[in-house]
Amino acid sequence: MIVAASGPVIPNFGGGGGCARANRTFCWDWFAAHWGDTFEPALLQHLALTAVAVAVGFLIATSCALVAHRRGWFEGPFVTVSGVLYTIPSLALFQLLVPVTGLTVLTAEIALISYTLLIIFRNVLTGLREVPEDAREAARGMGLTANQILLRVELPLALPAIVAGVRIATVTVISLATVAAFVIDRGLGAPIFAALQTSFKTEFIAAGALAVALALVADGLLVLVSRALTPWAAARAA
Amino acid sequence: MTEPLSNAPAAVTATAGRASEIVFDAVTKRYPRRAEPAVRSLSLTVPAGEICVLVGPSGGGKTTAMRMVNRLIDITVGDIRIDGTSVGSLDATRLRRGIGYVIQQIGLFPHMTVGQNIGTVPRLLGWDRSRIRSRARELIELVGLDPGHDLERYPAELSGGQRQRVGLARAMAADPPLMLMDEPFGALDPITRARLQDEFLRLHRAMRKTVIFVTHDIDEAIKMGDRIAILREGGILAQYAPPDEILAAPADDFVARFVGADRVLKRLSLMTLADLELDPAGQGAGDGPSADPSTPLRDALSVILGHGGRPLTVVGEDRRPVGVATLETIAGALSPAPAGARERSG
Repeated sequence: MIVAASGPVIPNFGGGGGCARANRTFCWDWFAAHWGDTFEPALLQHLALTAVAVAVGFLIATSCALVAHRRGWFEGPFVTVSGVLYTIPSLALFQLLVPVTGLTVLTAEIALISYTLLIIFRNVLTGLREVPEDAREAARGMGLTANQILLRVELPLALPAIVAGVRIATVTVISLATVAAFVIDRGLGAPIFAALQTSFKTEFIAAGALAVALALVADGLLVLVSRALTPWAAARAA
Repeated sequence: MTEPLSNAPAAVTATAGRASEIVFDAVTKRYPRRAEPAVRSLSLTVPAGEICVLVGPSGGGKTTAMRMVNRLIDITVGDIRIDGTSVGSLDATRLRRGIGYVIQQIGLFPHMTVGQNIGTVPRLLGWDRSRIRSRARELIELVGLDPGHDLERYPAELSGGQRQRVGLARAMAADPPLMLMDEPFGALDPITRARLQDEFLRLHRAMRKTVIFVTHDIDEAIKMGDRIAILREGGILAQYAPPDEILAAPADDFVARFVGADRVLKRLSLMTLADLELDPAGQGAGDGPSADPSTPLRDALSVILGHGGRPLTVVGEDRRPVGVATLETIAGALSPAPAGARERSG
Protein backbone atom coordinates (compact mmCIF):
# COMPACT_ATOMS: atom_id res chain seq x y z
CA MET A 1 0.00 0.00 0.00
CA ILE A 2 1.43 3.30 -1.09
CA VAL A 3 1.00 6.42 0.92
CA ALA A 4 1.45 9.60 -1.05
CA ALA A 5 3.57 12.28 0.50
CA SER A 6 1.21 14.47 2.43
CA GLY A 7 1.01 18.12 1.67
CA PRO A 8 -1.64 20.42 3.10
CA VAL A 9 -4.96 19.12 1.86
CA ILE A 10 -6.47 22.54 2.11
CA PRO A 11 -4.59 25.05 -0.01
CA ASN A 12 -2.22 27.09 2.07
CA PHE A 13 -3.31 30.49 0.96
CA GLY A 14 -1.15 31.88 3.74
CA GLY A 15 -3.30 34.92 4.04
CA GLY A 16 -2.33 35.72 0.46
CA GLY A 17 -3.97 38.44 -1.52
CA GLY A 18 -6.62 38.25 -4.15
CA CYS A 19 -4.28 36.74 -6.71
CA ALA A 20 -3.76 33.56 -4.72
CA ARG A 21 -7.42 33.32 -3.76
CA ALA A 22 -8.39 33.64 -7.41
CA ASN A 23 -5.74 30.99 -8.26
CA ARG A 24 -4.30 33.02 -11.11
CA THR A 25 -1.43 31.60 -13.20
CA PHE A 26 1.35 32.96 -11.02
CA CYS A 27 1.26 35.13 -7.94
CA TRP A 28 4.59 36.76 -7.14
CA ASP A 29 3.51 38.00 -3.74
CA TRP A 30 2.48 34.50 -2.64
CA PHE A 31 5.72 33.03 -3.98
CA ALA A 32 7.76 35.69 -2.16
CA ALA A 33 5.83 35.15 1.07
CA HIS A 34 6.46 31.40 0.98
CA TRP A 35 10.02 31.40 -0.33
CA GLY A 36 11.37 31.03 3.18
CA ASP A 37 9.02 28.35 4.52
CA THR A 38 8.43 26.28 1.37
CA PHE A 39 10.62 26.85 -1.64
CA GLU A 40 14.03 27.55 -0.16
CA PRO A 41 14.03 24.41 2.04
CA ALA A 42 12.65 22.35 -0.85
CA LEU A 43 15.34 23.65 -3.19
CA LEU A 44 18.12 22.87 -0.72
CA GLN A 45 16.69 19.40 -0.07
CA HIS A 46 16.49 18.83 -3.79
CA LEU A 47 20.09 19.88 -4.20
CA ALA A 48 21.18 17.53 -1.42
CA LEU A 49 19.23 14.59 -2.88
CA THR A 50 20.86 15.23 -6.25
CA ALA A 51 24.37 15.77 -4.94
CA VAL A 52 24.35 12.56 -2.91
CA ALA A 53 22.90 10.53 -5.76
CA VAL A 54 25.39 11.84 -8.33
CA ALA A 55 28.37 11.54 -5.98
CA VAL A 56 27.60 7.96 -4.93
CA GLY A 57 26.63 7.00 -8.47
CA PHE A 58 29.87 8.51 -9.74
CA LEU A 59 31.96 6.51 -7.28
CA ILE A 60 30.24 3.22 -8.09
CA ALA A 61 30.10 3.73 -11.86
CA THR A 62 33.66 5.01 -12.14
CA SER A 63 35.09 2.17 -10.06
CA CYS A 64 33.22 -0.32 -12.19
CA ALA A 65 34.38 1.42 -15.40
CA LEU A 66 37.99 1.18 -14.20
CA VAL A 67 37.50 -2.54 -13.59
CA ALA A 68 35.94 -2.94 -17.04
CA HIS A 69 38.84 -0.96 -18.57
CA ARG A 70 41.32 -3.51 -17.23
CA ARG A 71 39.08 -6.55 -17.55
CA GLY A 72 36.87 -6.26 -20.60
CA TRP A 73 34.51 -9.08 -19.63
CA PHE A 74 33.09 -6.93 -16.81
CA GLU A 75 31.47 -4.47 -19.20
CA GLY A 76 28.71 -6.81 -20.41
CA PRO A 77 27.25 -7.78 -17.02
CA PHE A 78 27.44 -4.21 -15.69
CA VAL A 79 25.74 -2.71 -18.74
CA THR A 80 23.02 -5.37 -18.57
CA VAL A 81 22.24 -4.75 -14.90
CA SER A 82 22.47 -0.97 -15.01
CA GLY A 83 20.58 -0.96 -18.31
CA VAL A 84 17.68 -2.86 -16.75
CA LEU A 85 17.65 -0.41 -13.81
CA TYR A 86 17.73 2.49 -16.27
CA THR A 87 14.67 1.27 -18.15
CA ILE A 88 12.42 0.72 -15.13
CA PRO A 89 9.96 3.65 -14.95
CA SER A 90 10.91 5.79 -11.97
CA LEU A 91 7.52 5.55 -10.22
CA ALA A 92 7.62 1.77 -10.54
CA LEU A 93 11.14 1.65 -9.15
CA PHE A 94 10.18 3.72 -6.11
CA GLN A 95 7.18 1.46 -5.60
CA LEU A 96 9.33 -1.66 -5.87
CA LEU A 97 11.75 -0.36 -3.26
CA VAL A 98 9.27 0.82 -0.64
CA PRO A 99 8.51 -2.68 0.74
CA VAL A 100 12.28 -3.18 1.21
CA THR A 101 13.61 0.13 2.45
CA GLY A 102 10.39 1.92 3.44
CA LEU A 103 9.38 5.53 2.92
CA THR A 104 12.88 6.79 3.53
CA VAL A 105 15.53 8.98 1.97
CA LEU A 106 17.43 5.75 1.36
CA THR A 107 14.69 4.52 -0.95
CA ALA A 108 14.80 7.75 -2.91
CA GLU A 109 18.58 7.72 -3.15
CA ILE A 110 18.81 4.09 -4.26
CA ALA A 111 16.43 4.80 -7.08
CA LEU A 112 18.18 8.02 -8.10
CA ILE A 113 21.63 6.44 -7.95
CA SER A 114 20.49 3.56 -10.11
CA TYR A 115 19.67 6.00 -12.90
CA THR A 116 23.17 7.50 -12.89
CA LEU A 117 25.08 4.24 -13.18
CA LEU A 118 24.64 3.43 -16.85
CA ILE A 119 25.23 7.02 -17.98
CA ILE A 120 28.41 7.59 -16.00
CA PHE A 121 29.80 4.09 -16.58
CA ARG A 122 29.39 4.39 -20.34
CA ASN A 123 31.02 7.80 -20.49
CA VAL A 124 33.99 6.93 -18.27
CA LEU A 125 34.67 3.74 -20.19
CA THR A 126 34.31 5.44 -23.58
CA GLY A 127 36.58 8.26 -22.43
CA LEU A 128 39.25 5.81 -21.32
CA ARG A 129 39.00 3.83 -24.53
CA GLU A 130 39.28 6.90 -26.73
CA VAL A 131 42.65 7.89 -25.29
CA PRO A 132 44.92 7.99 -28.35
CA GLU A 133 46.85 4.74 -28.67
CA ASP A 134 50.05 6.62 -29.52
CA ALA A 135 49.93 8.50 -26.20
CA ARG A 136 49.55 5.20 -24.35
CA GLU A 137 52.35 3.63 -26.42
CA ALA A 138 54.69 6.57 -25.80
CA ALA A 139 53.90 6.45 -22.07
CA ARG A 140 54.72 2.76 -21.91
CA GLY A 141 57.90 3.25 -23.91
CA MET A 142 59.04 6.01 -21.56
CA GLY A 143 58.69 3.76 -18.55
CA LEU A 144 55.39 4.73 -16.95
CA THR A 145 53.83 1.88 -14.98
CA ALA A 146 50.25 0.78 -15.72
CA ASN A 147 48.96 2.81 -12.75
CA GLN A 148 50.94 5.88 -13.77
CA ILE A 149 49.54 5.61 -17.29
CA LEU A 150 46.02 5.45 -15.82
CA LEU A 151 46.47 8.38 -13.43
CA ARG A 152 48.68 10.68 -15.51
CA VAL A 153 47.53 9.96 -19.05
CA GLU A 154 44.29 8.02 -19.39
CA LEU A 155 42.10 9.61 -16.71
CA PRO A 156 43.11 13.21 -17.51
CA LEU A 157 42.44 12.59 -21.20
CA ALA A 158 39.11 10.93 -20.39
CA LEU A 159 38.05 13.89 -18.24
CA PRO A 160 35.91 15.69 -20.86
CA ALA A 161 33.91 12.49 -21.47
CA ILE A 162 33.66 11.84 -17.72
CA VAL A 163 32.35 15.34 -16.95
CA ALA A 164 29.93 15.04 -19.87
CA GLY A 165 28.54 11.90 -18.23
CA VAL A 166 28.22 13.64 -14.87
CA ARG A 167 26.33 16.49 -16.56
CA ILE A 168 23.76 14.18 -18.11
CA ALA A 169 23.43 12.24 -14.86
CA THR A 170 22.98 15.44 -12.84
CA VAL A 171 20.26 16.85 -15.07
CA THR A 172 18.51 13.47 -15.13
CA VAL A 173 18.61 13.16 -11.34
CA ILE A 174 17.34 16.72 -10.78
CA SER A 175 14.37 15.89 -12.94
CA LEU A 176 13.74 12.46 -11.40
CA ALA A 177 14.20 13.73 -7.84
CA THR A 178 10.85 15.55 -8.14
CA VAL A 179 9.22 12.12 -8.37
CA ALA A 180 10.96 11.16 -5.11
CA ALA A 181 8.24 13.15 -3.33
CA PHE A 182 6.19 10.05 -4.02
CA VAL A 183 8.01 8.39 -1.11
CA ILE A 184 9.43 11.24 0.97
CA ASP A 185 8.26 14.74 1.71
CA ARG A 186 11.47 16.35 0.52
CA GLY A 187 12.72 18.31 -2.43
CA LEU A 188 10.90 20.34 -5.06
CA GLY A 189 8.64 17.38 -5.74
CA ALA A 190 6.84 17.99 -2.44
CA PRO A 191 5.30 21.36 -3.39
CA ILE A 192 4.54 19.94 -6.85
CA PHE A 193 2.65 16.97 -5.36
CA ALA A 194 0.86 19.31 -2.98
CA ALA A 195 -0.11 21.62 -5.81
CA LEU A 196 -1.31 18.70 -7.91
CA GLN A 197 -3.74 17.79 -5.15
CA THR A 198 -5.04 21.31 -4.69
CA SER A 199 -4.74 22.60 -8.28
CA PHE A 200 -2.90 25.61 -6.89
CA LYS A 201 -1.14 26.97 -9.97
CA THR A 202 1.42 29.29 -8.36
CA GLU A 203 2.93 26.57 -6.16
CA PHE A 204 3.01 24.12 -9.04
CA ILE A 205 4.65 26.53 -11.48
CA ALA A 206 7.12 27.90 -8.94
CA ALA A 207 8.41 24.45 -7.90
CA GLY A 208 8.58 23.24 -11.49
CA ALA A 209 10.43 26.35 -12.63
CA LEU A 210 12.89 26.04 -9.74
CA ALA A 211 13.64 22.44 -10.74
CA VAL A 212 14.30 23.52 -14.31
CA ALA A 213 16.45 26.45 -13.14
CA LEU A 214 18.43 24.16 -10.83
CA ALA A 215 19.11 21.78 -13.72
CA LEU A 216 20.28 24.61 -15.97
CA VAL A 217 22.52 26.15 -13.31
CA ALA A 218 24.05 22.79 -12.34
CA ASP A 219 24.69 21.97 -15.99
CA GLY A 220 26.28 25.37 -16.58
CA LEU A 221 28.51 25.03 -13.52
CA LEU A 222 29.69 21.62 -14.67
CA VAL A 223 30.57 23.08 -18.07
CA LEU A 224 32.73 25.66 -16.27
CA VAL A 225 34.32 22.95 -14.13
CA SER A 226 35.11 20.95 -17.26
CA ARG A 227 36.73 23.96 -18.94
CA ALA A 228 38.80 24.74 -15.86
CA LEU A 229 39.99 21.13 -15.56
CA THR A 230 40.81 20.68 -19.25
CA PRO A 231 42.39 23.89 -20.55
CA TRP A 232 44.10 21.81 -23.24
CA ALA A 233 40.77 20.81 -24.78
CA ALA A 234 40.36 24.35 -26.08
CA ALA A 235 43.87 24.46 -27.57
CA ARG A 236 43.93 24.58 -31.35
CA ALA A 237 46.59 25.17 -33.94
CA ALA A 238 47.62 28.80 -33.74
CA MET B 1 73.49 21.93 -16.96
CA THR B 2 72.33 24.39 -14.35
CA GLU B 3 72.78 27.62 -16.27
CA PRO B 4 70.12 28.56 -18.80
CA LEU B 5 71.91 28.28 -22.09
CA SER B 6 71.43 30.89 -24.70
CA ASN B 7 72.97 29.34 -27.78
CA ALA B 8 72.60 25.93 -29.33
CA PRO B 9 76.25 24.81 -29.48
CA ALA B 10 76.70 25.35 -25.75
CA ALA B 11 73.47 23.47 -25.11
CA VAL B 12 74.72 20.63 -27.27
CA THR B 13 77.87 20.35 -25.18
CA ALA B 14 75.72 20.24 -22.08
CA THR B 15 73.82 17.32 -23.54
CA ALA B 16 76.81 15.32 -24.68
CA GLY B 17 76.74 12.34 -22.37
CA ARG B 18 77.34 8.67 -22.25
CA ALA B 19 76.58 6.24 -25.06
CA SER B 20 75.91 2.53 -24.79
CA GLU B 21 77.03 -0.42 -26.86
CA ILE B 22 74.12 -2.63 -27.91
CA VAL B 23 74.55 -6.30 -28.71
CA PHE B 24 71.86 -8.45 -30.31
CA ASP B 25 72.88 -12.02 -29.57
CA ALA B 26 71.01 -14.56 -31.70
CA VAL B 27 67.66 -12.90 -30.97
CA THR B 28 64.56 -14.69 -32.19
CA LYS B 29 60.95 -13.55 -31.80
CA ARG B 30 58.09 -15.95 -32.43
CA TYR B 31 54.49 -14.91 -32.04
CA PRO B 32 51.99 -17.53 -30.96
CA ARG B 33 50.02 -19.14 -33.79
CA ARG B 34 52.44 -17.74 -36.37
CA ALA B 35 54.49 -20.27 -38.34
CA GLU B 36 57.35 -17.94 -39.28
CA PRO B 37 59.32 -16.06 -36.65
CA ALA B 38 59.11 -12.25 -36.84
CA VAL B 39 62.84 -11.97 -36.15
CA ARG B 40 65.15 -14.91 -36.85
CA SER B 41 68.37 -15.32 -34.90
CA LEU B 42 69.44 -11.70 -35.25
CA SER B 43 73.00 -11.00 -34.21
CA LEU B 44 74.60 -7.60 -34.55
CA THR B 45 76.58 -5.12 -32.49
CA VAL B 46 75.91 -1.40 -32.47
CA PRO B 47 79.08 0.39 -31.32
CA ALA B 48 78.59 3.12 -28.72
CA GLY B 49 77.74 6.48 -30.24
CA GLU B 50 76.69 5.23 -33.66
CA ILE B 51 73.40 5.41 -35.51
CA CYS B 52 72.27 1.94 -36.54
CA VAL B 53 69.42 1.98 -39.04
CA LEU B 54 67.14 -1.05 -39.25
CA VAL B 55 65.63 -0.99 -42.71
CA GLY B 56 63.66 -3.39 -44.86
CA PRO B 57 60.27 -4.14 -46.32
CA SER B 58 57.28 -4.54 -44.02
CA GLY B 59 57.32 -7.98 -42.48
CA GLY B 60 61.07 -7.73 -41.98
CA GLY B 61 60.68 -7.44 -38.23
CA LYS B 62 62.58 -4.16 -37.87
CA THR B 63 60.14 -2.57 -35.42
CA THR B 64 59.87 -5.87 -33.54
CA ALA B 65 63.66 -6.00 -33.25
CA MET B 66 63.75 -2.43 -31.91
CA ARG B 67 60.93 -2.92 -29.43
CA MET B 68 62.68 -5.91 -27.89
CA VAL B 69 65.47 -3.57 -26.78
CA ASN B 70 63.20 -1.70 -24.33
CA ARG B 71 61.13 -4.81 -23.72
CA LEU B 72 57.91 -3.52 -25.19
CA ILE B 73 58.10 -6.94 -26.86
CA ASP B 74 59.51 -9.99 -25.11
CA ILE B 75 62.41 -11.90 -26.61
CA THR B 76 61.58 -15.54 -27.41
CA VAL B 77 65.14 -16.84 -27.68
CA GLY B 78 68.49 -15.09 -27.39
CA ASP B 79 69.59 -11.98 -25.57
CA ILE B 80 70.02 -8.25 -26.01
CA ARG B 81 72.75 -6.62 -23.92
CA ILE B 82 73.24 -2.93 -23.24
CA ASP B 83 76.84 -2.32 -22.15
CA GLY B 84 77.06 -6.00 -21.26
CA THR B 85 73.88 -6.07 -19.15
CA SER B 86 71.09 -8.28 -20.42
CA VAL B 87 67.85 -6.28 -20.82
CA GLY B 88 65.98 -9.22 -19.33
CA SER B 89 67.79 -8.80 -16.04
CA LEU B 90 66.47 -5.26 -15.53
CA ASP B 91 63.10 -4.03 -14.32
CA ALA B 92 61.21 -3.13 -17.51
CA THR B 93 60.03 0.33 -16.41
CA ARG B 94 63.45 1.31 -15.09
CA LEU B 95 65.07 0.06 -18.29
CA ARG B 96 62.67 2.18 -20.37
CA ARG B 97 63.30 5.33 -18.32
CA GLY B 98 66.94 5.05 -19.32
CA ILE B 99 66.20 4.78 -23.06
CA GLY B 100 64.94 7.63 -25.24
CA TYR B 101 61.92 6.56 -27.28
CA VAL B 102 60.53 8.34 -30.35
CA ILE B 103 57.68 6.99 -32.46
CA GLN B 104 56.24 8.08 -35.79
CA GLN B 105 52.92 9.14 -34.28
CA ILE B 106 54.98 11.05 -31.71
CA GLY B 107 52.52 10.33 -28.92
CA LEU B 108 52.76 13.69 -27.18
CA PHE B 109 50.32 13.90 -24.29
CA PRO B 110 47.60 16.30 -25.50
CA HIS B 111 46.68 17.40 -21.96
CA MET B 112 50.21 18.45 -21.05
CA THR B 113 52.09 21.52 -22.18
CA VAL B 114 55.26 21.16 -24.20
CA GLY B 115 57.27 21.74 -21.03
CA GLN B 116 55.34 19.09 -19.09
CA ASN B 117 55.71 16.63 -21.96
CA ILE B 118 59.47 17.11 -22.01
CA GLY B 119 59.60 16.75 -18.23
CA THR B 120 57.84 13.37 -18.22
CA VAL B 121 60.83 11.09 -17.64
CA PRO B 122 62.75 13.52 -15.36
CA ARG B 123 59.60 13.68 -13.22
CA LEU B 124 59.51 9.87 -13.05
CA LEU B 125 63.16 9.94 -12.04
CA GLY B 126 62.37 12.34 -9.21
CA TRP B 127 64.24 15.43 -10.42
CA ASP B 128 63.28 18.62 -8.60
CA ARG B 129 61.11 21.14 -10.38
CA SER B 130 63.69 23.80 -11.09
CA ARG B 131 66.04 21.23 -12.63
CA ILE B 132 63.22 19.88 -14.80
CA ARG B 133 62.30 23.40 -15.90
CA SER B 134 65.82 24.42 -16.82
CA ARG B 135 66.35 21.12 -18.64
CA ALA B 136 63.14 21.65 -20.64
CA ARG B 137 64.26 25.17 -21.60
CA GLU B 138 67.62 23.89 -22.69
CA LEU B 139 66.14 21.09 -24.80
CA ILE B 140 63.45 23.19 -26.43
CA GLU B 141 66.19 25.51 -27.63
CA LEU B 142 68.29 22.58 -28.76
CA VAL B 143 65.55 21.34 -31.06
CA GLY B 144 64.98 24.80 -32.49
CA LEU B 145 61.87 26.00 -30.69
CA ASP B 146 61.38 29.13 -28.61
CA PRO B 147 61.68 28.54 -24.84
CA GLY B 148 59.96 31.84 -24.08
CA HIS B 149 56.85 30.99 -26.06
CA ASP B 150 56.58 27.29 -26.84
CA LEU B 151 57.04 25.69 -23.41
CA GLU B 152 53.55 26.69 -22.27
CA ARG B 153 51.80 25.66 -25.47
CA TYR B 154 49.77 22.50 -25.92
CA PRO B 155 50.61 19.95 -28.63
CA ALA B 156 47.42 20.83 -30.52
CA GLU B 157 48.85 24.31 -31.10
CA LEU B 158 51.96 23.00 -32.87
CA SER B 159 52.65 21.97 -36.46
CA GLY B 160 53.63 18.39 -37.29
CA GLY B 161 57.31 19.28 -37.53
CA GLN B 162 57.23 21.18 -34.23
CA ARG B 163 55.53 18.23 -32.54
CA GLN B 164 58.23 15.85 -33.70
CA ARG B 165 60.86 18.29 -32.42
CA VAL B 166 59.13 18.17 -29.02
CA GLY B 167 59.01 14.37 -29.27
CA LEU B 168 62.75 14.38 -29.83
CA ALA B 169 63.35 16.76 -26.92
CA ARG B 170 61.17 14.58 -24.68
CA ALA B 171 63.17 11.48 -25.61
CA MET B 172 66.44 13.24 -24.79
CA ALA B 173 65.20 14.79 -21.53
CA ALA B 174 67.01 12.51 -19.09
CA ASP B 175 70.11 12.35 -21.30
CA PRO B 176 69.73 8.62 -22.11
CA PRO B 177 72.80 6.83 -23.51
CA LEU B 178 70.56 5.04 -26.03
CA MET B 179 67.69 6.24 -28.19
CA LEU B 180 65.16 4.13 -30.09
CA MET B 181 63.52 5.91 -33.00
CA ASP B 182 60.69 4.19 -34.88
CA GLU B 183 60.17 5.96 -38.22
CA PRO B 184 60.42 9.29 -36.40
CA PHE B 185 60.17 11.44 -39.51
CA GLY B 186 57.84 9.16 -41.47
CA ALA B 187 54.71 11.30 -41.10
CA LEU B 188 56.32 14.60 -42.10
CA ASP B 189 56.28 16.32 -45.48
CA PRO B 190 59.51 15.86 -47.50
CA ILE B 191 60.90 19.34 -46.80
CA THR B 192 60.29 19.20 -43.06
CA ARG B 193 61.61 15.63 -42.99
CA ALA B 194 64.88 16.60 -44.70
CA ARG B 195 65.34 19.54 -42.33
CA LEU B 196 64.74 17.41 -39.23
CA GLN B 197 67.06 14.70 -40.56
CA ASP B 198 69.82 17.28 -41.02
CA GLU B 199 69.24 18.78 -37.59
CA PHE B 200 69.19 15.39 -35.95
CA LEU B 201 72.49 14.47 -37.60
CA ARG B 202 73.97 17.75 -36.39
CA LEU B 203 72.71 17.03 -32.85
CA HIS B 204 74.04 13.52 -33.04
CA ARG B 205 77.49 14.68 -34.06
CA ALA B 206 77.55 16.71 -30.86
CA MET B 207 75.89 14.19 -28.52
CA ARG B 208 77.20 10.91 -29.89
CA LYS B 209 74.44 8.85 -28.37
CA THR B 210 73.81 5.35 -29.57
CA VAL B 211 70.71 5.38 -31.79
CA ILE B 212 68.66 2.55 -33.20
CA PHE B 213 66.60 4.01 -36.02
CA VAL B 214 63.86 2.15 -37.87
CA THR B 215 62.73 3.16 -41.35
CA HIS B 216 61.41 1.53 -44.51
CA ASP B 217 63.04 4.22 -46.66
CA ILE B 218 66.47 3.19 -47.97
CA ASP B 219 67.40 6.78 -48.82
CA GLU B 220 66.74 7.82 -45.23
CA ALA B 221 68.76 4.81 -44.04
CA ILE B 222 71.72 5.82 -46.23
CA LYS B 223 71.50 9.40 -45.04
CA MET B 224 71.12 8.71 -41.32
CA GLY B 225 73.01 5.50 -40.71
CA ASP B 226 76.58 4.94 -39.59
CA ARG B 227 75.62 1.33 -40.16
CA ILE B 228 72.61 -0.15 -41.87
CA ALA B 229 71.01 -3.49 -41.04
CA ILE B 230 68.84 -4.67 -43.91
CA LEU B 231 66.16 -7.11 -42.75
CA ARG B 232 64.18 -9.15 -45.24
CA GLU B 233 60.81 -10.89 -44.93
CA GLY B 234 60.86 -13.46 -42.16
CA GLY B 235 63.13 -11.33 -39.98
CA ILE B 236 66.39 -12.42 -41.59
CA LEU B 237 69.39 -10.09 -41.53
CA ALA B 238 70.44 -9.72 -45.15
CA GLN B 239 73.41 -7.40 -44.62
CA TYR B 240 74.86 -5.26 -41.83
CA ALA B 241 77.45 -2.74 -42.97
CA PRO B 242 78.18 0.97 -43.38
CA PRO B 243 76.07 2.62 -46.14
CA ASP B 244 78.97 2.92 -48.57
CA GLU B 245 79.74 -0.78 -48.33
CA ILE B 246 76.11 -1.76 -48.80
CA LEU B 247 75.88 0.39 -51.94
CA ALA B 248 79.26 -0.72 -53.29
CA ALA B 249 78.97 -4.41 -52.49
CA PRO B 250 75.40 -5.58 -51.84
CA ALA B 251 75.54 -8.99 -50.16
CA ASP B 252 72.97 -10.57 -52.47
CA ASP B 253 70.27 -9.93 -55.05
CA PHE B 254 67.74 -9.01 -52.40
CA VAL B 255 69.94 -6.23 -51.03
CA ALA B 256 70.85 -5.05 -54.55
CA ARG B 257 67.16 -4.84 -55.46
CA PHE B 258 66.30 -3.18 -52.17
CA VAL B 259 68.91 -0.43 -52.43
CA GLY B 260 67.84 0.14 -56.04
CA ALA B 261 69.35 0.18 -59.52
CA ASP B 262 70.63 3.70 -58.89
CA ARG B 263 72.86 2.54 -56.04
CA VAL B 264 75.95 3.93 -57.76
CA LEU B 265 74.36 7.37 -57.82
CA LYS B 266 73.35 6.97 -54.17
CA ARG B 267 76.95 6.12 -53.36
CA LEU B 268 78.08 9.24 -55.17
CA SER B 269 75.82 11.32 -52.96
CA LEU B 270 77.77 10.02 -49.93
CA MET B 271 81.07 11.36 -51.32
CA THR B 272 82.25 14.85 -52.17
CA LEU B 273 84.78 16.31 -54.58
CA ALA B 274 87.20 16.40 -51.66
CA ASP B 275 87.22 12.56 -51.71
CA LEU B 276 88.51 12.50 -55.33
CA GLU B 277 92.00 12.10 -56.69
CA LEU B 278 91.76 15.18 -58.90
CA ASP B 279 93.64 15.68 -62.18
CA PRO B 280 95.97 18.64 -61.95
CA ALA B 281 94.40 21.96 -62.85
CA GLY B 282 95.82 23.70 -65.89
CA GLN B 283 94.71 23.38 -69.44
CA GLY B 284 91.33 24.97 -70.04
CA ALA B 285 90.65 25.67 -66.37
CA GLY B 286 88.41 28.66 -65.95
CA ASP B 287 86.17 28.54 -68.99
CA GLY B 288 84.39 25.29 -67.95
CA PRO B 289 82.09 24.69 -64.97
CA SER B 290 83.49 24.98 -61.46
CA ALA B 291 82.50 23.84 -57.97
CA ASP B 292 83.91 23.84 -54.44
CA PRO B 293 85.31 20.69 -52.77
CA SER B 294 82.29 20.14 -50.50
CA THR B 295 80.03 19.47 -53.51
CA PRO B 296 78.60 15.93 -53.43
CA LEU B 297 79.91 13.78 -56.29
CA ARG B 298 76.37 13.13 -57.44
CA ASP B 299 75.87 16.86 -58.03
CA ALA B 300 79.32 17.16 -59.62
CA LEU B 301 78.47 14.37 -62.04
CA SER B 302 75.23 16.10 -62.90
CA VAL B 303 77.12 19.34 -63.67
CA ILE B 304 79.65 17.52 -65.86
CA LEU B 305 76.92 15.70 -67.79
CA GLY B 306 75.03 18.97 -68.13
CA HIS B 307 78.08 20.54 -69.77
CA GLY B 308 78.49 17.84 -72.38
CA GLY B 309 81.03 15.88 -70.35
CA ARG B 310 83.50 18.73 -69.98
CA PRO B 311 85.81 18.58 -66.95
CA LEU B 312 84.76 20.33 -63.75
CA THR B 313 87.23 22.70 -62.15
CA VAL B 314 87.40 22.39 -58.37
CA VAL B 315 88.10 25.74 -56.74
CA GLY B 316 89.32 26.34 -53.21
CA GLU B 317 88.19 29.00 -50.77
CA ASP B 318 90.41 31.56 -52.46
CA ARG B 319 88.60 30.82 -55.76
CA ARG B 320 91.83 29.38 -57.15
CA PRO B 321 91.61 26.05 -59.03
CA VAL B 322 92.92 23.11 -56.97
CA GLY B 323 92.27 20.44 -59.59
CA VAL B 324 89.94 19.07 -62.23
CA ALA B 325 87.26 16.39 -61.89
CA THR B 326 86.34 14.33 -64.95
CA LEU B 327 84.03 11.40 -65.64
CA GLU B 328 87.11 9.18 -65.34
CA THR B 329 88.21 10.49 -61.93
CA ILE B 330 84.68 10.07 -60.58
CA ALA B 331 84.47 6.52 -61.95
CA GLY B 332 87.88 5.89 -60.41
CA ALA B 333 86.61 6.84 -56.98
CA LEU B 334 83.94 4.12 -57.26
CA SER B 335 86.15 1.26 -58.42
CA PRO B 336 87.90 0.13 -55.23
CA ALA B 337 84.86 -1.33 -53.51
CA PRO B 338 84.16 0.30 -50.17
CA ALA B 339 86.30 3.33 -49.66
CA GLY B 340 86.48 2.63 -45.96
CA ALA B 341 84.13 3.87 -43.30
CA ARG B 342 82.44 7.09 -44.17
CA GLU B 343 83.84 10.06 -42.34
CA ARG B 344 81.03 11.82 -40.58
CA SER B 345 82.56 13.61 -37.64
CA GLY B 346 82.52 17.35 -38.00
